[in-house]
Amino acid sequence: MSFKIVVLAKQVPDTHNVGADAMNADGTVNRAALPTVFNPEDLKALEMALRVKDRMNDATVTVVTMGPPRAAEIIKDAMSRGADDGFVLSDARFAGADTLATSYALSQAIRQLGEIDLIFGGRQAIDGDTAQVGPQVAEKLEIAQITYAEELLSVDEKSITIRRRLERGTEVVKASLPVLVTVTSAGDDCRFPNAHRLLRQAKDEVRMINADSIDADLDRLGLKGSPTKVKRIENVVLAHKESMVLQPTEEALNELSATLISEHIL
Amino acid sequence: MNFYTDNENLSFYLHHPDMDQVVAVKEKNYAESGSHPEAPADCFEAVQQYDTVMCLLGEIAGEVIAPNAEAVDHEGPQLVDGRIEYAKGTRKNLDALVQSGLYGMTLERKYNGLNFPRVAAVMAAEIIARADVGFATIWGLQDCADTIQQFANEELKNKYLPRIYEGATCSMDLTEPDAGSDLQSVRLKATWDEENKCWRLNGVKRFITNGDADLHLVLARSEEGTNDGRGLSYFVFDKANGGMIVRRIENKMGIKGSPTAELQFNNAPCQIVGERRLGLIKYVMSLMNGARLGVGAQSIGLCEAACREAEAYAASREQFGHTIDKFVAVQDLLRQMRARTDGARSLMYETARYVDLSSSSKAASRVADILTPLVKLNASEFANRCAYDCIQVHGGSGFMKEYACERLYRDARILSIYEGTSQLQVVAAMKGIASGAYLKQIEVYDAKVAESASLTDEMKHCLDVLRKATDDYKKLYELAAAEGTTSERFEHTTRALTEVLSYIIMAYLLLLDSQRNARYMDSCQYFVKEAIGEVSKHMAALSC
Repeated sequence: MSFKIVVLAKQVPDTHNVGADAMNADGTVNRAALPTVFNPEDLKALEMALRVKDRMNDATVTVVTMGPPRAAEIIKDAMSRGADDGFVLSDARFAGADTLATSYALSQAIRQLGEIDLIFGGRQAIDGDTAQVGPQVAEKLEIAQITYAEELLSVDEKSITIRRRLERGTEVVKASLPVLVTVTSAGDDCRFPNAHRLLRQAKDEVRMINADSIDADLDRLGLKGSPTKVKRIENVVLAHKESMVLQPTEEALNELSATLISEHIL
Repeated sequence: MNFYTDNENLSFYLHHPDMDQVVAVKEKNYAESGSHPEAPADCFEAVQQYDTVMCLLGEIAGEVIAPNAEAVDHEGPQLVDGRIEYAKGTRKNLDALVQSGLYGMTLERKYNGLNFPRVAAVMAAEIIARADVGFATIWGLQDCADTIQQFANEELKNKYLPRIYEGATCSMDLTEPDAGSDLQSVRLKATWDEENKCWRLNGVKRFITNGDADLHLVLARSEEGTNDGRGLSYFVFDKANGGMIVRRIENKMGIKGSPTAELQFNNAPCQIVGERRLGLIKYVMSLMNGARLGVGAQSIGLCEAACREAEAYAASREQFGHTIDKFVAVQDLLRQMRARTDGARSLMYETARYVDLSSSSKAASRVADILTPLVKLNASEFANRCAYDCIQVHGGSGFMKEYACERLYRDARILSIYEGTSQLQVVAAMKGIASGAYLKQIEVYDAKVAESASLTDEMKHCLDVLRKATDDYKKLYELAAAEGTTSERFEHTTRALTEVLSYIIMAYLLLLDSQRNARYMDSCQYFVKEAIGEVSKHMAALSC
């Protein structure tokens, strides 16, 4: 029986290339003006999944995303980098989902894939920064989770060992499978696409899955299933309010270090 | 950073109107369409594939190879126990390219290649050379695969070509201590081993680029008692079979990441490529033409890098209250650098298209043969000039090791030397000069320009000047050849004749390019002026 790996991915606005027209006058995001990218931490998650695949016999990697049909681009991208399969959960009934409704839809889609050994996802997406979807999927599937993963140390048919980030250091954890792992930006960069896979992907269609195909309670999907209500979005420009002048002496630097440590900045 | 998408010139040549012929020949009229999952159905799809793959390559060049270039230049390869170890960055570059399936780009699909035409291959070489010319030499040597694909038997093709796709590195072992430009003097011996049914190599090769490669194409003397090119055959040697050690690696001025080695073959087992006695006169000549186009691509990549370094510095360096790109003297330097790069590039992709068409047309093959030395000559000389001017734009800072232009200057110097010096390119161009083949090709371009209905007044003026320059060239030729084409006077004028022809051809090509994109007009005018100026100067000198 093959070793099954799922990667959760999201197509997001490229917030690193924000132009002047990125926000609408009403404070909402002008998505049409933003190019889209593969969420950076999801790419790190994909790389970790592919490294597991490299080490295991007969492993398959399936990439799952939810979004408009255009999100098929990241499925093609993932497959050109080495994933075996992928699909988009795309349906008007998924629209407006918060993390609760998103994690429900994703978990229902994963259930349709049968028994899964490992699920990887980025810690968070750069458009929302919630870091909630991965953990919520694990909860809904009733499996263990390892968050803030940085490095894959070992894996076999029964367990995985991961180095994960803590507030002041790292820890090594070993978990029995199945488990869900969320990966931070400290993970390894994703490998480049393969030219042959790119050419084949260009000819293939990505599967679109609708709400009827995942055995879901329709009331728990999309806006209807989302308790989160966005009241207002504010465009915040960060500016320093306080400043201090430091003398270039050992004493002054020690004092600064002590202050930064006591305020949990360092 | 992506070295393909940030350079619109590249996409411009991928979408050249003649690409439909190039693709049709390469795809054998789309014979594999439908039967192979990667084969394109038409020219549009094929060019889209080239675009997709160049985009991938451009990303690797910009994100991996270029950032590694400086460290590779400092670290260089090391000789350890008779074997060469690449610099760490070189190994990373190779790993990224192999993992991305980019090796063996021109190989047929049955050998795991992408079946891309020469146009795409030289574009890949240009992109990589912009990132690091030294690494581009290692990358470019996969062209050895083309020689195997073209001339070796099926057994050798099946044995070696898939390995090149998997990343086996290659070298072309021609030069010996007493056989540099004069390859007819090669002495390394090949003898038939009846007992083991293989050939054996014995002797020394010198100045071998990427000398400790996995697979070597070796020119060796197989015919006892001969002392010219007719006694030489071509062999493929697999390092894994043993029998070769690296005696030393050279300490070079530039392209320091590319190992240049002296090799000792001790009874090394190998197999013959193609037929005996055709090693130099057929196979090496074919490989050498490809290699010369490859050096053209390296040169243009370096020109592009030099232009960008100079333009960026000039736009940021302030003197007298203005950035220095506001001063006419600096603008002139930048404009000349850009024009030379544009001219050499247009000539190179034109030549590559003819190389691609060669397999189905003898006429195309003849044009490819006469244009190739012009690419090598001009691109490599321009690369040196661009590297020189790049330092000039930087002023005193450019003389310091902190700026990339210093490395570019050192890397450029070999380009007009290896794979045939500039002087040898002039010799190679002589046949086309004497036969009038270049003039015939100029007539083709003239007709193409003239038949266009959309010539601006500026273009018409350029055409008039170019026609005058061509007439003057004919007079210069008559003057030079007045005492015969074997006279000393003629030989002294051959370089001038070759350069004037080159400028005229590049001006015509840029004039044609300008019809698709007016941005090339500046560079076209530069070559129009160079052509008329140079021909007048040499006429005056010969008339004295």
